[in-house]
Amino acid sequence: MNRIMTSFVVGFLFALGLGISGMTKPQAVQGFLDLFGQWDYSLLGVKGGAILTHGILYRLIMKRSSPLFDTKFHVPSKKEIDPRLVFGAALFGIGWGWAGMCPGPSLVSLATGNIQVITFVVSMLLGMGVFKLVEPKL
Amino acid sequence: MIHALVGGVIIGIAVSVMLYFNGRVTGIAGIIGSALRPEKTQFAWRLAFLGGLVVGGMVIKLFYPVALESTLQISTLSSIGAGFLVGFGTLLGNGCTSGHGVCGISRMSIRSIISTVTFITFGILTVFIMKKIGQ
Repeated sequence: MNRIMTSFVVGFLFALGLGISGMTKPQAVQGFLDLFGQWDYSLLGVKGGAILTHGILYRLIMKRSSPLFDTKFHVPSKKEIDPRLVFGAALFGIGWGWAGMCPGPSLVSLATGNIQVITFVVSMLLGMGVFKLVEPKL
Repeated sequence: MIHALVGGVIIGIAVSVMLYFNGRVTGIAGIIGSALRPEKTQFAWRLAFLGGLVVGGMVIKLFYPVALESTLQISTLSSIGAGFLVGFGTLLGNGCTSGHGVCGISRMSIRSIISTVTFITFGILTVFIMKKIGQ
């Protein structure tokens, strides 16, 4: 129960962070990616604030032997750079630039009831489902 | 810019809370993807996290609606295409802007740095090409 409550609070906080920072606006994301136009650098501020905060707290937290509500930390340890990593990031980047939206903001934006947001989320779930189907063959 | 920084710090605190209490990385694409194929013991916290995001959106709509006013204004075909690429690409590449872009870079993961540089590069190219076609 503790873990479930924590996860809900984290999701809620994350959504507020996205909303306050303006990252729920596709124009802000596309404005950041539009290097050769009216460059909007607010995404850099969001990333900077988040990475600085978590960069410091991560080091403090990992001094513990385990998290409070679990027996061990589940942090990825993979170091290998495989084609999957780069190819996947490239496909994601194209979709991200195309819509100006990534998974987090798309779920937060469901509250608008906007038909394109719903279409985007359904198609994203479909893309994930198709990946799960082809993954064993990769 | 102050809004961006404050929002960023809140996101940094949120992912730190997840790590401190649950020992988990807050990778949103990964959490959605894993929730699609539920495991008995690891389903509830993932669903609760995604619920928190959606409820957070509702609260934003109530108290800070300007953040959601200019949401997706693209064609249905674009929503389908972009959504599919985001879903497929994030699972293939093991992460998105949260898992790689925030959590991974914070712990200086080489994989996450390469991922982030790649998706930003392809995002820039995509926006550039879209503007060219649009003109």
